[in-house]
Amino acid sequence: MPEAPEARPPVVTPVRVVIALCLFVPFVAMLWVGSYAKTDPAFIGIPFFYWYQMAWVLISTALTMIAYQLWRRDQRGRSSRKGGVAE
Amino acid sequence: MNDGVNGVALAVFIFFFLAVTVMGFLAARWRKAESDSLDEWGLGGRSFGTWVTWFLLGGDLYTAYTFVAVPAAIYAAGAAGFFAVPYTILVYPLIFTFLPRLWSVSHKHGYVTTSDFVRGRFGSKGLSLAVALTGILATMPYIALQLVGIQAVLDVMGVGGGEDTNWFIKDLPLLIAFGVLAAYTYSSGLRAPALIAFVKDTLIYIVIAVAIIYIPIKLGGFDDIFAKASEAYGQTNPATGAPRGALVPAEAGQWTYATLALGSALALFMYPHSITATLSSKSREVIRRNTTILPLYSLMLGLLALLGFMAIAAGIKVQNGQLAIPQLFETMFPDWFAGVAFAAIGIGALVPAAIMSIAAANLFTRNIYKDFIKPDATPAQETKVSKLVSLLVKVGALAFVLTMDKTVAINFQLLGGIWILQTFPALVGGLFTRWFHRWALLAGWAVGMVYGTVAAYGVASPTQKHFGGSSKEIPGIGEIGYIGLTAFVLNVVVTVVLTFALKAMKAPDGVDETSPEDYTADAGDPGVQVELPPATAGSAH
Repeated sequence: MPEAPEARPPVVTPVRVVIALCLFVPFVAMLWVGSYAKTDPAFIGIPFFYWYQMAWVLISTALTMIAYQLWRRDQRGRSSRKGGVAE
Repeated sequence: MNDGVNGVALAVFIFFFLAVTVMGFLAARWRKAESDSLDEWGLGGRSFGTWVTWFLLGGDLYTAYTFVAVPAAIYAAGAAGFFAVPYTILVYPLIFTFLPRLWSVSHKHGYVTTSDFVRGRFGSKGLSLAVALTGILATMPYIALQLVGIQAVLDVMGVGGGEDTNWFIKDLPLLIAFGVLAAYTYSSGLRAPALIAFVKDTLIYIVIAVAIIYIPIKLGGFDDIFAKASEAYGQTNPATGAPRGALVPAEAGQWTYATLALGSALALFMYPHSITATLSSKSREVIRRNTTILPLYSLMLGLLALLGFMAIAAGIKVQNGQLAIPQLFETMFPDWFAGVAFAAIGIGALVPAAIMSIAAANLFTRNIYKDFIKPDATPAQETKVSKLVSLLVKVGALAFVLTMDKTVAINFQLLGGIWILQTFPALVGGLFTRWFHRWALLAGWAVGMVYGTVAAYGVASPTQKHFGGSSKEIPGIGEIGYIGLTAFVLNVVVTVVLTFALKAMKAPDGVDETSPEDYTADAGDPGVQVELPPATAGSAH
């Protein structure tokens, strides 16, 4: 990248690592099919395989929401810092 | 199939269809701006907020065909069909990372299609043409499948006619439905499906909510439903000599399940119609916020998939799996509510068909007509061409469905998914880095396309000699996996290797008209008006 401003905060920060994890965890959970390819325990008669994946719709939504909130906070922090440096 | 026309259901269906038609035409006046640019007709003026975008994207991605095909797959074989759920789970974390960047750069430079971006980023009309053609090719059969969805509903209502009716009478309802759709898409552009999506999704949510409570009560609860389904899957299918399916994927099917989910998730937002709905939103925030509320549709899809088990438990017996769900509704619901359910599916086909035809038309206009045929086209001319092409695309899809066997449309749709995934490296790669070489991307795309097509051609099933499925042994791993994903990996490998080679040879790199800050720009930032003459961008400095 040619014109990086001098006082730029680091690209990788703990908050961003958490964001990346929130987005990455669903991939591990869903692609590891062996971890949930079973019928028991059933929930109101629905085999584990099905309710578990549907529960993950909710879990991954919650994770994406967390990522979204953290990202907004991160961006706000950055833009206010940037405003101070003058652009 | 039952005999005779279901009068009450048909009347309810026609009522909703007429209501939606009126809305479609009135939509032209909704938030209308004084301009005849392609942005207005083809992207709804780039004006949609969080909720409109949510309905539009939901209406667009979860199509009538999805509603019919996902439970149909469960009905036919059980667990394997459920991959649609992890697939739609993975889509949202994925697009969270790259879609806002695409929105920003497109807003800044006035891009209407993904090919516009690829041309601007890599300075390569050839690569842009490849992306545009892939998009059009992949979209056409998708539109055709929406018709298959409507046909299934019409058949069950008894207006599709039996095998022995005259073809014209048989297809007349479909012709009318599509004629009307074509007319309001032509006059209202993207605003029509955006408005109709409200009706479609409301109906769908009501139908699913009722179905998921009412049907299990009538069938004696989920315990009974799954017990009956399990029994049915255990029976040997005379065509294959193997059991019909399973409640849980066996060890051997797990690779297939995972690769199908991942490959489909990667492919979904490469489709032109997904991007059209995305770019019509008014700010970058709208996109990110939508990734947190769109999964509501995935939950609905999961519930809907369970209807496949209910169809088995209810003793629905159909030759054509596509009819299982409409038939289940017809059997279980009172006539008037069956009409509501059919209207939901029917309208569910119109929304994506409209958006898909607009998206394909935009690709043709911007990346074939303007780039290769008439470079000095005015915005008004672009809009005119796009409107005409949207008609042509729909006529093409209609002809496709009426003249060819349904399986041809399904085969092409399957190929379309494999093909569209091959545009991923150019598009998403391009959003994050300019490292890839344009010629390498083109070569990678070509290799992926050829491998995917040849591999899919070679898959046989009990009923078909070619294109019998979308999974095949992965070379080097030995497991059965989704062909699209294998082709994609091959594509990336070729792209990376050739990029190294071309850089070493100092091959000309092409002009990049974007700059790093374009990818994070939001509406309201200085210089982020939709492309006025390039000189105005200078005022921001």
